[in-house]
Amino acid sequence: MSLINTAPEMALTTKVDDFLNWTRKSSVWYMMFGLACCAIEMMQTGGPRADLDRFGMAPRATPRVSDLIIVSGTLTLKMALRTKVLYDQMPDPKYVVSMGSCANCGGLFQLAYSVCDGVDKVIPVDVYVPGCPPRPEALTEGLVKLQEKIQQERWLVRTPSAANA
Amino acid sequence: MAGADAVGGERLMPALEAAAIHARLKARFGDAIGDLAGTRRDNTCATVAPAKIVEVCRFLKTESGLEFDCLSNLSGVDYPKRSVIQVVYNLYSYPHRHLFTLKVDTPRDNPVIPTLSGLWSHADWQEREVFDLLGVVFEGHPDLRRILMPEDWPGHPLRKDFVEPEEYHGISTSRESLLKA
Repeated sequence: MSLINTAPEMALTTKVDDFLNWTRKSSVWYMMFGLACCAIEMMQTGGPRADLDRFGMAPRATPRVSDLIIVSGTLTLKMALRTKVLYDQMPDPKYVVSMGSCANCGGLFQLAYSVCDGVDKVIPVDVYVPGCPPRPEALTEGLVKLQEKIQQERWLVRTPSAANA
Repeated sequence: MAGADAVGGERLMPALEAAAIHARLKARFGDAIGDLAGTRRDNTCATVAPAKIVEVCRFLKTESGLEFDCLSNLSGVDYPKRSVIQVVYNLYSYPHRHLFTLKVDTPRDNPVIPTLSGLWSHADWQEREVFDLLGVVFEGHPDLRRILMPEDWPGHPLRKDFVEPEEYHGISTSRESLLKA
């Protein structure tokens, strides 16, 4: 049985923030930014098997149009300064996923003289994904968590605290 | 290297034993070459006087029968007890399939060695790495800048007395352990 031309005419109602968040969480473009072995898993996550495209995610080659930066790998102090610059170049609203032990806390290389122990020392992190490196499934779960976070944001709807102000 | 003397139909030139290479160096440069050390084929080495290193390497590279055409590695070691920084040159000859290692001691407080970048162009970056991590100055190097560490990094981190800075551009370099005692 065909469903074509069978649905009644209808309108959906939703809150404006929910609608905005739904559009935004469904097209999170992440920056092509790989630091170490985690980047290999990130590429794998973007590939056909894990397939980030089904969440509307696509890699972008510039921070200027990216919504998300996935810090995938060991962050050296030299790179930390550059990462901060890249983050500052991204337009708001922007999100950060810290992928793997090294980006979370320095991981295996925590005691090395050249390593920044955790990307949260430089830029604010939304989601931490544990693992060394995390499998594509783990990163996918982290990104789904990020979508959940985006869906709960409030932008236009008046909040009680803002109404009193 | 049995069976390796004919590769691609081309007959290789005979490989020399380390002792023979050392003997030829000794005959040419005398006291500038130290005693032969090492027991295996891949760790036999001799020390060289810093001032002679370019001459010795040019001899090894160009002399018929030696022809070390590849500086396969160049590294440095810090020996604070002897107050010496040792730069190690691993040489390899593709035509002969033999190898040899040279070591140069240089004082820790003023480590200066002539550059080999005029002889092997790939010595350029390897010398920059040794300069970056150990602070050895390669005299005559065309572009002696840091290659790995940030340009404004304090000190040379592979020196044994290197102290990690507390912070770098406001980023603290330590992290509290999550494991509480």
